[in-house]
Amino acid sequence: MTTASPRLLTTLRTGLFGTRGNTLITVTTLLLLSQILPPLFRWVVLDATFTGDATACTRDGACWAFVTAKLRFILFAFYPSELLWRPTLVILLLAAILTASALPRFWGRPLLIAWPLTILACWLLMQGAFTAAPVPSNQWGGLPVTLFVWAVCFAAATPIAVLLALARRSTLGGLRTFSVLYIELMRGTPMVGILYVAMLILPMALPDALSLDKMLRAIIMITLFWAAYIAEVIRAGLQAIPSGQREAATALGLGYWRIQQLVILPQAFRIVIPGMVNLAIGFLLATSLLAVIGIFDLLNAARASAADPQWLGFYNEAYLVVAVVYFVICFSASRYSRWLEKRLASGGKRP
Amino acid sequence: MIVHKTFRRAIQSAAAAAFLATTMLSGLAHAGPTLDKINQRGAIKVGVGTTPGFFAPSSDGKWQGFFVDFGRALSIAVFNTPDKVEFTSSSPQQRLPALQSGEFDILLSGVTVTATRAFKLGFHFGPTVFYDGQGILVRKDLGVTKAADLDGATIGAQSGTTGELNVADFFRKTGKTFTPVTIEDTGQFIDALESGRVDAITQDSSDLVGKRTQLKKPDDYVLLPERLSKEPLAPAIAGGDDRWLELVNWTVNATIQAEEWGITSANVDEFLESEDPAIQRFLGVDPSFAKDLGLDPKWAYNIIKTVGNYGEIYDRNLKPLGWDRGYNSLWTDGGLLYSPPFR
Repeated sequence: MTTASPRLLTTLRTGLFGTRGNTLITVTTLLLLSQILPPLFRWVVLDATFTGDATACTRDGACWAFVTAKLRFILFAFYPSELLWRPTLVILLLAAILTASALPRFWGRPLLIAWPLTILACWLLMQGAFTAAPVPSNQWGGLPVTLFVWAVCFAAATPIAVLLALARRSTLGGLRTFSVLYIELMRGTPMVGILYVAMLILPMALPDALSLDKMLRAIIMITLFWAAYIAEVIRAGLQAIPSGQREAATALGLGYWRIQQLVILPQAFRIVIPGMVNLAIGFLLATSLLAVIGIFDLLNAARASAADPQWLGFYNEAYLVVAVVYFVICFSASRYSRWLEKRLASGGKRP
Repeated sequence: MIVHKTFRRAIQSAAAAAFLATTMLSGLAHAGPTLDKINQRGAIKVGVGTTPGFFAPSSDGKWQGFFVDFGRALSIAVFNTPDKVEFTSSSPQQRLPALQSGEFDILLSGVTVTATRAFKLGFHFGPTVFYDGQGILVRKDLGVTKAADLDGATIGAQSGTTGELNVADFFRKTGKTFTPVTIEDTGQFIDALESGRVDAITQDSSDLVGKRTQLKKPDDYVLLPERLSKEPLAPAIAGGDDRWLELVNWTVNATIQAEEWGITSANVDEFLESEDPAIQRFLGVDPSFAKDLGLDPKWAYNIIKTVGNYGEIYDRNLKPLGWDRGYNSLWTDGGLLYSPPFR
């Protein structure tokens, strides 16, 4: 401790005031913070209302009583109050499978089998299938929907993306052209447009007997859309593998699929994981576009919660809650990505 | 309600493209009358929006509001129970295409009745349930009681909406001057008014009433009586199912007629003793009338008993926000609500 604190001081001194430029930046930042923080603190704490109803809230400070009253709606939207254990369990299941997928020690066949099973379990849980109280998907909402759409679409898009990336690098002309056309078409379309297709065109293109749930249609279209983006990231990984690897594997007598499975893809994935995490963060934020087709994702639920005549207009508080949730997920994802990069880099050097 | 063009241009053009495709494909889509689908499904799919008082979720995740109550009344008319109805929120940009594609059986989202929507887009409208219009909310200390007195005021309007044009037209007519301030985000209206950047703001009055309650001192501001535009809000359905349209028409009419007779959810049982043959027909005391129409004899009784008459629906949802009845009073009180006779 005695040695640590002088070292910390030195680091601070050189880091903050080491050069003239640094000093300038430090002073400016402190000045800005001194302007921003006191009013913010007053709004968040001093003038804030913590209990009571809307009439107790002044418009000068934050109304945390609103958050207390509306947290249930922001997190779960229209899901029936007496069945909230189902979406809660869905959140836990998804958190568990995402954590397991993040840790290299779990990477393997069991995880690949666990994914579709978890997705199926979540879907059935939300739906309340095989129970006396089924819940139609128009009553789903909030955090479980955001997480579910995000996790399912990303998980389902990845295998499609691998095939697209391989096809794009394939020597079969037709396959390659198809892949290029598909990827460019999807990347050239805004996600909102894709969602409108899911909402409006798909039900008319499908025969009446095959009428799919709106949530399912959205998930299918988003999966197809994200696959194009992920495919491009994976292709970058494939290109980074020296052709000698493939040639050596061919010389060993391995076929195309064995080469991809055993030699190329494991190395390529290792390279593209930071890129994939980056995409995943972007996609999580993009799920808020589900609002345009009337699905109550986390952000939309927060917005709607401030339209209740009894709690009118507490948008700042509602958005702040959502921002915290998004930040926690995105920040841990980006920290994870850095940790993994370091780990894989050291792992690669090991003999 | 005016469709706010500022929401996001990109979204709108995407919606427009989807709408075009919908219109072209819609010939393939209509398998059968809407009512058949409703009965088969066992629920009515209703498209709503999110405007305080008209449709908003409660803290425990249930839809509530003025239009929502009419959805529940419809559920009673079809299924004899108020909860066989699925409310889904839809944005102004996508609600009409979604109605056309069969995603909804009915829109109770505050659609303005217009000739284009009726002729070119082929939608049918039920009776107007709410007469909305563009209003002006002003600071009281200006001492203005009607819009014609506004002179030299600074008025905030949402950019890119018809509201901006309407207010300019209005001042051209009165010959007075005003300074327009365009406001991009609907959330900034309150700040602009409170900070004194504008003297007044103009939007659909349904929006303004909600905004007024969010002001720090709502009593310092007043909504002027004039309406600069006509926005009759009515239930909208896709064409091709006349019986469904009549059910919508007469469900709304029943709530208005009940108010005219003074029948409320509280006293409806007393009216069962009424000697008036019209009321006997209406409440199913004489069941032959409803049976002739192919309806449950108790349909109107159940609607009034469960949801209430028009006045009750209005008072429950809109009065707490500070709405007075205005145009939305019965014709007998000088308003525009008028139900055709039940005979």
